[in-house]
Amino acid sequence: MTAMVRAEGVHKSFGPTHVLKGIDLEVAPREVFCLVGPSGSGKSTFLRCINHLEKINAGRLYVDGHLVGYRQQGNKLYELKDKEVAAQRKDIGMVFQRFNLFPHMTALENVMEAPVQVKRESKATARERAMRLLDRVGLADKAAGYPTQLSGGQQQRVAIARALAMEPKLMLFDEPTSALDPELVGEVLDVMRDLAQSGMTMIVVTHEMGFAREVGDALVFMDDGVVVESGHPREVLTNPQHQRTKAFLSKVL
Amino acid sequence: MTDPTSPGPADKQPAGPVPSKTGAATAVPPEAIRAIPVRHPWRWVSAAVVLALLGLLVYAFANAKIEWGDVPEYLFSDRVVEAAGNTLLITVLAMLLGVVLGIVLAIMRLSDNPVTSAFANLYIWFFRGTPVLLQLLLWYNLGLVFQTLNLGPFYKNEMTDVMTPFVAALLGLGLNEAAYMAEIVRAGIQSVDEGQTEASHALGMSRGKTMRRIVLPQAMRVIVPPTGNEFINMLKTSSLAMVIQYTELTFVANEISATNLNPMEMYIVVAIWYLAMTSVFSVIQYYIERHYAKGSVRQLPLTPMQKLRRNIFSGPRMKGTR
Repeated sequence: MTAMVRAEGVHKSFGPTHVLKGIDLEVAPREVFCLVGPSGSGKSTFLRCINHLEKINAGRLYVDGHLVGYRQQGNKLYELKDKEVAAQRKDIGMVFQRFNLFPHMTALENVMEAPVQVKRESKATARERAMRLLDRVGLADKAAGYPTQLSGGQQQRVAIARALAMEPKLMLFDEPTSALDPELVGEVLDVMRDLAQSGMTMIVVTHEMGFAREVGDALVFMDDGVVVESGHPREVLTNPQHQRTKAFLSKVL
Repeated sequence: MTDPTSPGPADKQPAGPVPSKTGAATAVPPEAIRAIPVRHPWRWVSAAVVLALLGLLVYAFANAKIEWGDVPEYLFSDRVVEAAGNTLLITVLAMLLGVVLGIVLAIMRLSDNPVTSAFANLYIWFFRGTPVLLQLLLWYNLGLVFQTLNLGPFYKNEMTDVMTPFVAALLGLGLNEAAYMAEIVRAGIQSVDEGQTEASHALGMSRGKTMRRIVLPQAMRVIVPPTGNEFINMLKTSSLAMVIQYTELTFVANEISATNLNPMEMYIVVAIWYLAMTSVFSVIQYYIERHYAKGSVRQLPLTPMQKLRRNIFSGPRMKGTR
């Protein structure tokens, strides 16, 4: 069985700053894979490399067996055209820390946009699925609302529905609850839990250790651009082996 | 789910007055504050001064040697109405050219290609750095240096036949406007949060689609107000086209006054036309801005008509509650 995501020695620099210093990891299909670590450790950057929002400088990154952002012919790598990159991205959903809903569209239009524009679906089909997804995240009654009229938790749930509308095989979550009031975190985690139970492959950058422990199948602790420790969330979180993991967990738990 | 706009359960309120509750609320009325308001004597003084000056101005004009009869006589005369039409025509067309070319220049300027962005910078540098009056003269006199316009197999003609006052005015005003519009559009595009582009890309939307569907509609909120100002400025700047014989309002006012020898009366006539047009377009601009505010404000501001309707139908009853 091919891994959903495989990283081999992935490096990434922003100018002189070396952010990722050789990441090797594998995410199996249907797995909920949690990335934790202090801010600046490179976990969000790594997540953004997976759908080529950031270009990697060295190493190889595969999603579902396909090289991300490049095509290999013999020994040569060819950069993919914009269109080909876009085609790769439509199978990868992403949820952002700050939601990034389209403010000039209603919740329903947000969810319909990509299927209509990218997959050339009919509006009727897209609307039907969008309503089903909004219902699934508990927001059918907010379909006509604009993002500014929704709470943070509601916005993030619409953002999840928007990503799901493209029927992705992989979902990336970039600290989905970090910008939320504490009382709103639960509703978003509920939706994510439900999604995990439906068998979606998920990579989740998070500070919610409770969620990682309960829902996660694998956990990686990153610090300073390298994977420090990995394993089953319950093991890593209750019995960390490395000093840095211990120090970090003692602060967040 | 019959009406998706209906408020959620949290917003539920009793439809009509509930007697028991209002009864309880009015049982112990709080003592209303009856204070003597702060006096503003200087407001009266400054108002009086302004009114006095205004009175002097009216008195001066009433006693001036103005043939007031000329104003209604010429206001809707054929030549003036036609000139007003020409002013409107050149304004709309020059703005159209300016907006389209401005968007192209803004995208060129923001592109990764150093040649296109340098060209856009050069264009903006030239057209913003020289007076529009000079640019009009340059276009109009192009025939002096290029005898023919030769577009290969498509078109060939004498430059003086091509560069009519209308074409020269359109190019002079439109290309100048494009430089200003390019800056307005660029500022608008850059005002859109980068997260929007990322979210759109992450959904698999191409660069072009992202620009058209996500970035530009949001940039419009920043672009529209200054563009409205540009339009209203263009209505007035178009009067400069009189120097290249384009028969717009100011040109015609000058021409008529050469025969009836009443220039001031003619200037008043065209001033009325300019004011009427700028007023109408200010109202149109309000509605366009309102349209693009969608999603950025929780509650759209009422249109003047809605305000009027509300005041007529529920005004008296609303008193006291607001």
